[in-house]
Amino acid sequence: MTFRKYLVLAGITLFSTAGDSLLARGMKDSGSISLHNISGLLLVILNPWVALGILSLLAFFSCYMSALSWADLTYVLPATSLGYVLVAFIAHFGFHEMISPTRWIGIMMIAAGVAFAAAGPSVSPMRGHRAAEPSSEAVSQEVNS
Amino acid sequence: MRDIYAWSAIGLIILASATGDVLLSYSMKRVGHVGELWKRSGMLALIGRILSIPTFALGLAAMGVAFYSLLFGLSWGNLSLVVPASASLTFVANAVAARIFLHERVGRRRWLAALLVAGGVVLMAI
Repeated sequence: MTFRKYLVLAGITLFSTAGDSLLARGMKDSGSISLHNISGLLLVILNPWVALGILSLLAFFSCYMSALSWADLTYVLPATSLGYVLVAFIAHFGFHEMISPTRWIGIMMIAAGVAFAAAGPSVSPMRGHRAAEPSSEAVSQEVNS
Repeated sequence: MRDIYAWSAIGLIILASATGDVLLSYSMKRVGHVGELWKRSGMLALIGRILSIPTFALGLAAMGVAFYSLLFGLSWGNLSLVVPASASLTFVANAVAARIFLHERVGRRRWLAALLVAGGVVLMAI
């Protein structure tokens, strides 16, 4: 894992958190959306908070795709879940939602889980082994065709 | 009544995003290391290569469904319920799906990480 790869993982955390929070802020403006009012669902994109949220989620998506190109899904996902800790902080300090002691314990468990996964290998040993073999090119061509 | 709406949105988010994650991860593994491809053949060639993989479009569509379910869910429930609840269950669903469909080696370390994160997210949802 190089510094640049950790930067991509940090981008995943930051942009997904910013995106979720901006969307939530925008949805609070527009109130409840009902299934009978589909046009409202499309118009909601014009709300500046929602638009910013979508931009953030696009940045998140680029980082996420980049990470998935060199790391296992089960490695990247714990790293992304650090965002939910950040969401809780923003919900607490930004939207003044209550955070109970149980929730704080949950936050600590998530942080511990993320640390656990991030400290391990980023790619399944099986795949790394296969990539090291000279025949890997033939294997991937076979898969691609 | 609002709770039922929120939880059905959560269920849809889990199903759609687990499907999307597995499809996208599969597609990006076929693309190869994005950073190196960018350096070697430029951004447009990279984007072209990504878009030429059919499962990528399918994964995007699944993510789109998950995204709109999230919008519905956020308008019906609290940010601090909908996001953690869907996340924790998506997380477990993804670990199982990655093992079955992507043949990822989910060792003791990753199961522990998965359970800690999922458990933590459940605690946050209470």
